[in-house]
Amino acid sequence: MQASITRLTERPTLWPWLLLTPLALYLAIFFVVPLVDVVVMSFTEPKPTLSNYTHVLTGALYQRVFINTFATALLVTVVCLVVGYPLAYLMTRVSPRSAMLILTLVTMSFWTSFLVRTYAWMVLLGDSGPIIALVRALGVQDPPHLLFTRFSSTLAMVHILAPYMIMNIYSVMRKIDPVLIRSAQSLGAKSGSLFRHVYLPLTAPGIANGSVLVFVICLGFYVTPVLLGSPREQMIAGLIGHQIDEFLAFGLGSAMAVVLLLITLTILTIYHRRFGLDKLWG
Amino acid sequence: MTSYLQLTGISKTYGTFAALSKVDLAVDKGEFITFLGPSGSGKTTTLMIIAGFEKASTGDVLIDGGSITAMAPHERNIGIVFQNYGLFPHKRAIENVYFPLQMRGAARAEGLRKAAAMLDLVGLKDLGSRYPKELSGGQQQRVALARALVFEPSLLLLDEPLGALDKNLREQMQIEIKRIQRALGVTTVFVTHDQSEAMSMSDRIVVFDKGRIEQAATPLDIYHRPQTKFVAGFVGESNLIEAVVTDAGSRLATSPALGEIEYAPSETAAPGKPVMLMIRPEHIRLSRRPIEGRRNAAMKIETIVNYGDNALVIGNSSGVPMRVRVLGADVVILKEGDDCHISWMPDAVFPITA
Repeated sequence: MQASITRLTERPTLWPWLLLTPLALYLAIFFVVPLVDVVVMSFTEPKPTLSNYTHVLTGALYQRVFINTFATALLVTVVCLVVGYPLAYLMTRVSPRSAMLILTLVTMSFWTSFLVRTYAWMVLLGDSGPIIALVRALGVQDPPHLLFTRFSSTLAMVHILAPYMIMNIYSVMRKIDPVLIRSAQSLGAKSGSLFRHVYLPLTAPGIANGSVLVFVICLGFYVTPVLLGSPREQMIAGLIGHQIDEFLAFGLGSAMAVVLLLITLTILTIYHRRFGLDKLWG
Repeated sequence: MTSYLQLTGISKTYGTFAALSKVDLAVDKGEFITFLGPSGSGKTTTLMIIAGFEKASTGDVLIDGGSITAMAPHERNIGIVFQNYGLFPHKRAIENVYFPLQMRGAARAEGLRKAAAMLDLVGLKDLGSRYPKELSGGQQQRVALARALVFEPSLLLLDEPLGALDKNLREQMQIEIKRIQRALGVTTVFVTHDQSEAMSMSDRIVVFDKGRIEQAATPLDIYHRPQTKFVAGFVGESNLIEAVVTDAGSRLATSPALGEIEYAPSETAAPGKPVMLMIRPEHIRLSRRPIEGRRNAAMKIETIVNYGDNALVIGNSSGVPMRVRVLGADVVILKEGDDCHISWMPDAVFPITA
């Protein structure tokens, strides 16, 4: 018995790793190779210099787009948090059945095709759509444009990303021991200080997880801001696409992609140091 | 003198199920009172009603003459230690203890000083900077106790706080809790299903069963003068012999199986009344031959359960199952199947009339 355990633990077998081969090959061919290509192009297109990076880091347009990208991602994250936190809390307070129903409704946006979802917003928010019609019916003479604004793209991105926030916060909230809440009450905490001193700190990991996830995904959003957003408030992914599609500026587009990637990795690294990346997925 | 904590006519129903029916209780200031009972007996429900986490269907809870029934838990100024301690994992031990003072608007420096003094009292002088997960179960217990006491609560409630500790630590904590409770003189309600814990710690024990108080009395009275069959059976081991009082003057009752038995003085036994005669196993003597001057009965030994320092001998006396406690040293000469005699003094026979 003892001997067989020793043998099992001492002789590492290659089998488990072999099982990873298909995925590893797939990632190597369709992810690592193109990524390396992007990095190489950023230094070599159209000729081997650092000029792409000097452009990206100093050009007013690029700086504006980067700032706009981060501002949008931050806005989307904050809105997701403000909307998601109470909803997640509600889910912990209702019956398990109702919680499942809310969760299903929340994640429904996951199951809808990306494009269908985006075009649905176009129909809803368009100048001849139901919302504008309602505003008109309420007597507003000259209703504002909703579509192709920061409002419409933010709304759509919140709709898509809120489930990440909600599920992260909900999973943390659900694990909070109700005895902690009762303890705080018995020790004299009114609902306000109970939230501030006990509930909020205990749910902070969920807030951090959800926020990082939403923020990082939002940084690279392409379809939604391009189709629904204001052309004057481009996001970085849209600009990269624009550079490559319209101007065939592969080098410049690649350099922007590399900068975005580095910024994203930096955020994840900071998060990892603070909380541990393994917690990111619940 | 009016009592400090009063429960008057507390009932609690869930739908048609009555979890508590008409509980009345009065506790004196500084008293250590224990709610003892099996799970589902209503002891924890009563505690939660005192704490304010459960609402009584009827009845009133008074502290120092004033009703607290309408108050929210945070307004009641009651310290509670829960079974799993309920320490805030994101706060250090000292911050946990400081928390109730913080909630009462104490100045930080003064509050932390008080918290440190309380940690000192519970024997955790140097561990204030630890987080709960860095403390052992017993240490967490002490932090929870310090936190529940630091704000000078009007009442301390302990909800099976020793349940999660191992046996040695539990005994140590029993002594600690008693010491701290005496030092501060705080009125304490302790909930447990462990009768030895109740016996060793309480000024008074309240035995609950099926949502009712069966008996509220000192540990000695609960053990030696149980008022109901349930109390006799739940607290300690007992032999219960069915009998009918035949002569109240000479304190005689007749058991169909064992004949006439003399019992200890009782106020409730009346002629013709059916009673349960209770004899504790340690009050019965086992011998080879009948012993003069005592009430004797023949018994055949069926089973011997050995506990080391003592043993429980289970036998049959004229069809009545009897349990006898013998010291460990005597066990070696006994064998299952032996015929022997059991005997007891009349004072050891307590008649239960309810």
